[in-house]
Amino acid sequence: MNAITRKEAAALDVPTVKFELNGRDVSGRANQTIIEIADREGVAIPRLCYKPGLEEVGNCRACVVEIAGERVLAPSCCRRPTEGMKVTTDSERAIKSQRLVLELLLADMPEREYTRHNEVDQWAAKLGVGKPRFAARVQPAQDLSHPAIAVNLEACIQCTRCLRACRDEQVNDVIGLAFRGEHAKIVFDMDDPMGASTCVACGECVQACPTGALMPAREVALTLPDKQVESLCPFCGVGCQLTYNVKDNKILFVEGRDGPANQGRLCVKGRYGFDYAHHPQRLTQPLIRRKDAPPKRGDFVMDPTRVMDIFREASWEEAIAFAGGGLREIRDRHGKKALAGFGSAKGSNEEAYLFQKLVRTGFGSNNVDHCTRLCHASSVVALLEGIGSGAVSNPVMDVTQAEVVILIGANPTVNHPVAATFIKNAIRAGTQLIVLDPRRSDLSRMAHRFLQFKPDTDVALLNAMMNVIVNEGLVDEAFIASRTVGYEALRQNVAGYTPEAMAPICGIDADTLRYVARLYATSKASMILWGMGVSQHVHGTDNARCLIALSLMTGQIGRPGTGLHPLRGQNNVQGASDAGLIPMMLPDYQHVTKPEVRARFESAWKLAPGTLDAEAGLTVVEVMHAIKQGTIRGMYVQGENPAMSDPDANHARESLAALEHLVVQDIFLTETAYLADVILPAGAFPEKTGTFTNTDRLVQMGRQAIDPPGDARQDLWIIEQIANQLGCGWNYGHVSEVFDEMRHTMPSIAGITWERLQRDHAVTYPCENEGDPGISVVFTDHFPREDGKARFVPADIIPANERPDVEYPMVLITGRQLEHWHTGSMTRRASVLDAIEPDPTALIHPLDLSAMGAVPGDVVTIASRRGSVSLYARADDGTPRGAVFVPFCYYEAAINKLTNAALDPFAKIPEFKYCAIRVERGGQAPQQGSFGGGQMLAAAAAVR
Amino acid sequence: MAWPDESSSMNARTIPIIAADSSRQRKREAPKGRVVDSAALDEVRALLGSAPRARDQLIEHLHRLQDHFGHLSARHLAALAREMKLAQTEVYEVATFYHHFDVVLEGAAKPQTLTVRVCDGLSCEMAGARGLLARLPSLLGQDVRVIAAPCIGRCEQAPAVAVGQQAVPAATVEAVAAQVRLGGATSAPTGFIDRATYEARGGYRLLGQCIAGEYTVESVIKTMEDSGLRGLGGAGFPAGRKWRIVRNEVAPRLMAVNIDEGEPGTFKDRVYLERDPHRFLEGLLIAAWAVGIAKVYIYLRDEYHGCRAMLEAELAKLRAQPPYPGVPELILRRGAGAYICGEESAMLESIEGKRGLPRLRPPYVAQVGLFGRPTLEHNFETLYWVREILERGSEWFASHGRHGRKGLRSFSVSGRVKRPGLKLAPAGITVRELIDEHCGGMLEGHALYGYLPGGASGGILPASLGDIPLDFDTLQPYGCFIGSAAVIVLSDKDTAVAAARNMMRFFAHESCGQCTPCRNGTAKASALIDQAKWDLPLLADLSTVMRDASICGLGQAAPNPVDCVIKYFAQELA
Repeated sequence: MNAITRKEAAALDVPTVKFELNGRDVSGRANQTIIEIADREGVAIPRLCYKPGLEEVGNCRACVVEIAGERVLAPSCCRRPTEGMKVTTDSERAIKSQRLVLELLLADMPEREYTRHNEVDQWAAKLGVGKPRFAARVQPAQDLSHPAIAVNLEACIQCTRCLRACRDEQVNDVIGLAFRGEHAKIVFDMDDPMGASTCVACGECVQACPTGALMPAREVALTLPDKQVESLCPFCGVGCQLTYNVKDNKILFVEGRDGPANQGRLCVKGRYGFDYAHHPQRLTQPLIRRKDAPPKRGDFVMDPTRVMDIFREASWEEAIAFAGGGLREIRDRHGKKALAGFGSAKGSNEEAYLFQKLVRTGFGSNNVDHCTRLCHASSVVALLEGIGSGAVSNPVMDVTQAEVVILIGANPTVNHPVAATFIKNAIRAGTQLIVLDPRRSDLSRMAHRFLQFKPDTDVALLNAMMNVIVNEGLVDEAFIASRTVGYEALRQNVAGYTPEAMAPICGIDADTLRYVARLYATSKASMILWGMGVSQHVHGTDNARCLIALSLMTGQIGRPGTGLHPLRGQNNVQGASDAGLIPMMLPDYQHVTKPEVRARFESAWKLAPGTLDAEAGLTVVEVMHAIKQGTIRGMYVQGENPAMSDPDANHARESLAALEHLVVQDIFLTETAYLADVILPAGAFPEKTGTFTNTDRLVQMGRQAIDPPGDARQDLWIIEQIANQLGCGWNYGHVSEVFDEMRHTMPSIAGITWERLQRDHAVTYPCENEGDPGISVVFTDHFPREDGKARFVPADIIPANERPDVEYPMVLITGRQLEHWHTGSMTRRASVLDAIEPDPTALIHPLDLSAMGAVPGDVVTIASRRGSVSLYARADDGTPRGAVFVPFCYYEAAINKLTNAALDPFAKIPEFKYCAIRVERGGQAPQQGSFGGGQMLAAAAAVR
Repeated sequence: MAWPDESSSMNARTIPIIAADSSRQRKREAPKGRVVDSAALDEVRALLGSAPRARDQLIEHLHRLQDHFGHLSARHLAALAREMKLAQTEVYEVATFYHHFDVVLEGAAKPQTLTVRVCDGLSCEMAGARGLLARLPSLLGQDVRVIAAPCIGRCEQAPAVAVGQQAVPAATVEAVAAQVRLGGATSAPTGFIDRATYEARGGYRLLGQCIAGEYTVESVIKTMEDSGLRGLGGAGFPAGRKWRIVRNEVAPRLMAVNIDEGEPGTFKDRVYLERDPHRFLEGLLIAAWAVGIAKVYIYLRDEYHGCRAMLEAELAKLRAQPPYPGVPELILRRGAGAYICGEESAMLESIEGKRGLPRLRPPYVAQVGLFGRPTLEHNFETLYWVREILERGSEWFASHGRHGRKGLRSFSVSGRVKRPGLKLAPAGITVRELIDEHCGGMLEGHALYGYLPGGASGGILPASLGDIPLDFDTLQPYGCFIGSAAVIVLSDKDTAVAAARNMMRFFAHESCGQCTPCRNGTAKASALIDQAKWDLPLLADLSTVMRDASICGLGQAAPNPVDCVIKYFAQELA
């Protein structure tokens, strides 16, 4: 499917050697191990510490073989054949040692079975090793301190597969092998209980363990699943492939699958965050707001267990008629622009496509948007303007081919954990990572340089770097001349931004700015990855423009290991944007204002010419304002939760409450759904099939593993019903029919067929013709702009919209945390994730904390001009002095009540990363309702 | 709004420590895992000063903390990890690997400020170590920790005890108590040949001649090859050939010198070092010149505190006034109590600041050695002979020998002889000749019963085999080897079974734990032979897998004492 990897290519040059294996002449590549060749030849050799993909360590010695002329046996997992070597795997001598190694290990195995796949038992049975003759060791105690993982060291054979999975593969560096001799022990940090350690619960160790010494907690993996479904992770934009293990319509556990973006790896959300789908608060029946319900208000406190106080159950027929009828009525009474729709970056490409088609053809306007507006709109605007495409130029995996990687305003170990593992692998292999961030993230420990610059000073920092590159003649003149326009204006603009002048502004000394600029400019391949620390500012577009200019002026784009990669936040934010869930663009970024574009879609969608609206629609925050102004009166919200995710959430909630007709389609009673007139119970990710596009432009197949609960329905079906209420007259059968329509309107995915996705699971776009391999690195010889040239856009310093002052002296930075995703409606109902992070916290520097007379764990109250919340203070010396970081996933401390809705003028993205606040010790402890706070596992523990 | 930089927080108030637990309240207080305590971080920074923070310095830094605080607290380890940009577990796993580090986790008791290590190696055990271990604790009181220690390399002074960093030879409870009162500080040996004396006696002239081109590299290597000098750490690889091999590898090439003399019964390197350190250093520099070495690491076992103080001082002199311009950088590294680090590749791991786990070979150290570079690795004594061989010619060295063997061997003799000690004798000498000619015979009232020709791992031979030549290659037919030429003499007052139990306990204690046959094998074997009745078929099977399938020489040789008891001392098992 994919092009040959560098590693594979390198292997081709290795000479072939002929040698003798158990008396047979065989040949293999000189860099293959004997065990690999034996496996190929069908010769079974026992092995325990060996696991393909992990470094070979040869410590278990179960795989020893005899090599003629050598004094002792050799581990076949670590030895490579040489010409003429005589290898015997089954001689009496080899077998004797193999059996004895197994017997020695078996002697220390517990009676109790921890796994259905104990490799020691399996090999012992194969080799006929009976009851061990040795006395057992003194067994270590079980450690059940972690919500997700049981540590049963009595089954441990010190093979270090877990350690290598943790240290070499995921590079989380939590597991160590401490002590020595027979006391050698797998430990977490400093022999801490796993639950108290720095473990991030990626579960890679569990996946690697051969004996059940590390297992999913509560013995869930001891049950035999009745089916395994190859699907995807529903959370972030990395796009990990996984396998759902299902029994009786219930997901038992999840395993990583060898996808292009994850190579079998997962993070805590992907591996342990699946049981939200089985949560008792799932919506299972359409609900219509009761006539006697209290009037809608923005300042509500809701309880999902008391949904029937506000709503009543309805049949699907009634609900669809009511939902669609209400929308139709507003359209017909107040005009097409009185309606708006928010689709979801969590839904499939097909859902996004149909949703925008519904708005554009059923509502009749371009008032369709989704949460990409809140995350990377500014990046996309700058990228479209500068290089003609809003997607990434190179996949994350290209970091392994880069010499230098700049990571700015992103915290991938938290937000893109599996992508972060590949960054860490690259660092271990020699790539130099430069972290630019006001917060000290985990990756900064491994960084070649960490520049903890002052919040809000990105442009100053980046312009200073460009100033150095220009003044020191490090620009790529040929690239600028042949591939770009507008350089002169940029050159003049950065002339004033000397490192000396910018140093006091951004807080980084001039020498460091110079060093980093030189490093980036002069390396053979430099790549830039960024996140929402760059994009979520009123100058987010300018920030991204600077990054683009940096890569263009140095020619660090268009080759492997270079380029620009905005790390996408949600599992399908790329695909949803591609599919046209944005108010200015029809699918595949075709601008609604262009007549030829509209004509093409009118023809494809069998519409009368002139049907499609020629005016760009309203963006997320603009819609909220428009509701207040009375221009938007009805909305259809599919799987989004603006009441939690929008800035100045009190205002957003007032707006939603003010709607005449609000249709919400979701799997839980979200804060947004609480304000709905009708709620349509939808399918969760594992309950449906569809395609999803990850941050690397990889279109992947998600497959249905379980049925929706009760009378909940798949989203695609619901969208079609609503569309037909608005007169669309659709009749899609299988989801593949939608995909097929999509690819015929979207040139960049035109070559991807449903059948190919079924077979290969993933295809990268652009893939314009069937059979094309798909291109992972783009802009190699031209940019998709006029004349094929990229454009420099200079940027100057624009301060944050709201600066700290005497009254509000500190700065609020919002974002996500590892265990929780977006507004928390799913992850806070995932038992393990909720147990690991049960409470809302604000990350505050310990010295700031003590300055306000608080100790870690105290309740503090944070207030801005727009609202206040109380939550627990978490001491974190990675947070800069004077700033507070708060995740926005906690309903009991909804931090977006405080954020500033000020918008970037180009991208209309709000400034989530900066507003002025006041923090004081004290306040009412956050009040949790019927979910969150670790309730699910606490209940499970009580039952046990 | 002011944004104070990170460094200013160093001088600010202390942040309270947060104990590691997994309660809900704890989750509210701080991010996952052990929080780095800013006071501890300040202490660590102060102690490390301007020393480099590179990974390979980890063990050196752990020593700094251990020496200063008397133990390694979790808060200091966490701070050290932060300071060195390591994961906490990377620091912890190294700290817990080495016996000389006392890791103290939150809530655990700190060790006493002074530690008395009573050597329970075989020679010291025969000389009364058990009695000392029984009597010392009550005598020294609660402020002193008395522990048994594996061989501390003073077998000729048995029973040997280390009080803090000070050795007490021929220890009695009174002598130990007296040293405890003095506090156990390090004292460097006296009476050695220092640089001035060494040079006055013609030292470093040969090196100067090499540098000046009076000798060619080829002629030097040729002389070394012709002398037949073999590696004296135990493996016996021809020294000259090793120089040639490493010289042919791609630069930069490194050198690693093994003074981790840990094989029970062995003390020759220490004795030579205490006498004439520059003879060794000149040999080292000649080897470095001949092979083209960029940097030299000298790894000295931690037990040799006095030698370390002396060697540090003499190396400082060399650095201050190099014998020639462009002399390679000489770095002294300190072991931390791990026999396995005498294994050549484990030593490299330890120099790199890691747990001392032997590496799998191939690739060989000469090709992929320290920090992945081609490495010339030598035992101390091999280098010690370089000057004399080059000055006196290859024939001189080869002219020695007895019973058809060639060369000289430095025997470390201990046990039941009148005059134990370092004995320079012709290669091929028999144990009876060695005892009679060099050691003044057996102790009064003792008759030769058996002997260990090569320390703990070389096996045990009966008196009836007291007339076989002792040299490389001569003992293999008997299931033994000479190794580092540490001869421990047993008498009719001893048993081979007790010796084997002592050895296997030692191997189990010192196994690095990496591979199954050694990790599990030494522990199971020790338990099996502690039984009154030995399960001979099971021990035979165990011996096979340990010999055939262990990664390194420790596991492969560990069955030797047991197999020898079964083979030569069957009467003891009846």
